[in-house]
Amino acid sequence: MREWHLKYRKLKNIVFHMALVFAACAVIIPLFMVIQYVMIKGFNSLNWDFFTQIPKPVGEVGGGMKHAIIGTFIIVGLAGSFAIPLGIICGAYLSEYGRGKIAALLRLSTDVLTGIPSIVIGIFAYLLVVVPLKQFSTLAGALALSIIILPVVIRSTEEILKLVPRHIREAGLALGLPRWKMIFFIVIKGSRSGLITGVILAISRAAGETAPLLFTSFGNMYYSTSLTNPIASLPVQIYTYAISPFDDWQRQAWAGALVLIILVLGLNLISRLIMNRQQLGFGRRK
Amino acid sequence: MTETDNTVLNVKNLNVWYGDFHAVKGISLEYQRNTISAIIGPSGCGKSTYLRCLNRIHEETPGARAEGEILFQGENILSKMVDPVRVRRSIGMVFQKPNPFPGMSIYDNVVVGLKLQGIKKKNILMEHAEKCLQKAALWEEVKDKLNRPGMSLSGGQQQRLCIARSLAVSPPILLMDEPTSALDPIATAKIEELMSELKKEVTVIIVTHNMQQAARIADNTSFFVLGDLIEHGLSEEIFTNPKNKKTEDYISGKFG
Ligand SMILES: Nc1ncnc2c1ncn2[C@@H]1O[C@H](COP(=O)(O)OP(=O)(O)O)[C@@H](O)[C@H]1O
Ligand SMILES: [Mg+2]
Repeated sequence: MREWHLKYRKLKNIVFHMALVFAACAVIIPLFMVIQYVMIKGFNSLNWDFFTQIPKPVGEVGGGMKHAIIGTFIIVGLAGSFAIPLGIICGAYLSEYGRGKIAALLRLSTDVLTGIPSIVIGIFAYLLVVVPLKQFSTLAGALALSIIILPVVIRSTEEILKLVPRHIREAGLALGLPRWKMIFFIVIKGSRSGLITGVILAISRAAGETAPLLFTSFGNMYYSTSLTNPIASLPVQIYTYAISPFDDWQRQAWAGALVLIILVLGLNLISRLIMNRQQLGFGRRK
Repeated sequence: MTETDNTVLNVKNLNVWYGDFHAVKGISLEYQRNTISAIIGPSGCGKSTYLRCLNRIHEETPGARAEGEILFQGENILSKMVDPVRVRRSIGMVFQKPNPFPGMSIYDNVVVGLKLQGIKKKNILMEHAEKCLQKAALWEEVKDKLNRPGMSLSGGQQQRLCIARSLAVSPPILLMDEPTSALDPIATAKIEELMSELKKEVTVIIVTHNMQQAARIADNTSFFVLGDLIEHGLSEEIFTNPKNKKTEDYISGKFG
């Protein structure tokens, strides 16, 4: 009787374990297939020109995506420089003062913002910037991406700052620091590696967005760094090339996809490294 | 007369509530310059609550409310008119759990208070850091690794780092809430040792769970039970010849 029971339990264990392994594979295998496919396709089309040339006139073979790579850096950099400081300040507000009506409203808006489809955010930026300026522009694209980054930064900042124990804050106040200095120079500064991790993840997500850029920064076949003119970006360039009828462009779209994946994975990797290196943090058990 | 001249902190009829719970009941105590005063009593008797009012850090506890007077330099520091930031510059605090600031080096932990007061000169900060670490009896152990994280130190070292950090802003009064209760006996002994040096410069008010510790280091001792001050006096008197029956029972280990 007992023996039978034991066997049954062992069997249950095995079945359950296999179900977990199966679920894990169901996630990992498609991911690897995508990456592998992009690697093979993209690697063959990747060359030096891809990084140093702008597109050749239609019909001519060759050229590259230098303008789109730089464009992506400009748009994302600009979006980050709006969204990161604002996001950290809002997150700190929620974590340090987060009671009351304003905080509840901010939390609600953050959640709503996270849930809005990115194309709708693109429309919003279109109405807010493109329509008044009567022109697609870097600024419009950066605004759209910053709205995507913002809620992620706010939420991750709030969560990370909440990990700082209360007695750390009290110790800061007990030194005779005004509350705002305590928050900035002790709580926020002390959590910087966690905050950087959150910011990098938010940025890496935004860097791959296509939809909100389609009618904000639009795209450009030429190299441009102007803030008030259309600018190329990797995702839009990939999209444009991928749906074109030209073999050469389609090949370059694969190369662009590979570069984008490497960029995003690289950012994720960096944030992992920062997280692992975080020995300065609290919560270390003795 | 000389007694009153030497008074640095005068607590008058201090009452503290958490909601409707009356945690500290009408306590009046005076503290003399350059002395160490201990507060003892069974756990939950309001020692921390009382101590935390003395630099108004109790305001960080939601629901805590204090009434009464705490006179420091002729001013009631409990008054809403007084900025708690100014109070805390003069009345520092060391906590029960060692709590170096995360993500900060040993050196930065010590000088952060000064830096944020606007002192930027490297040599002044360095000099001051060395002085404070010496007072906290930590200098010899850390002088070669000032750039290591404060969190990398042992518990006892961390607590001495916290003492150095508090001393760095030169408060005339230092509050300590069971500073050795999380430490091993050797680390505890180190801290007790440095305290007698400390009182040359600061007035110390220390909560302790450990009566031997109070007897060893404190000039005066107050005994609390359930929010009441039962007895206060010179430590020798309290520990050898207590006037109150409750005190006698407590120090002889009959309750608590
Ligand atoms: N934040 C709080 N809210 C409500 N009651 C509290 C709070 N902190 C402490 N108390 C109560 O106040 C009394 C005194 O607590 P405390 O000052 O921490 O005691 P001690 O430090 O002497 O051990 C205890 O009965 C405790 O339960
Ligand atoms: Mg206590």
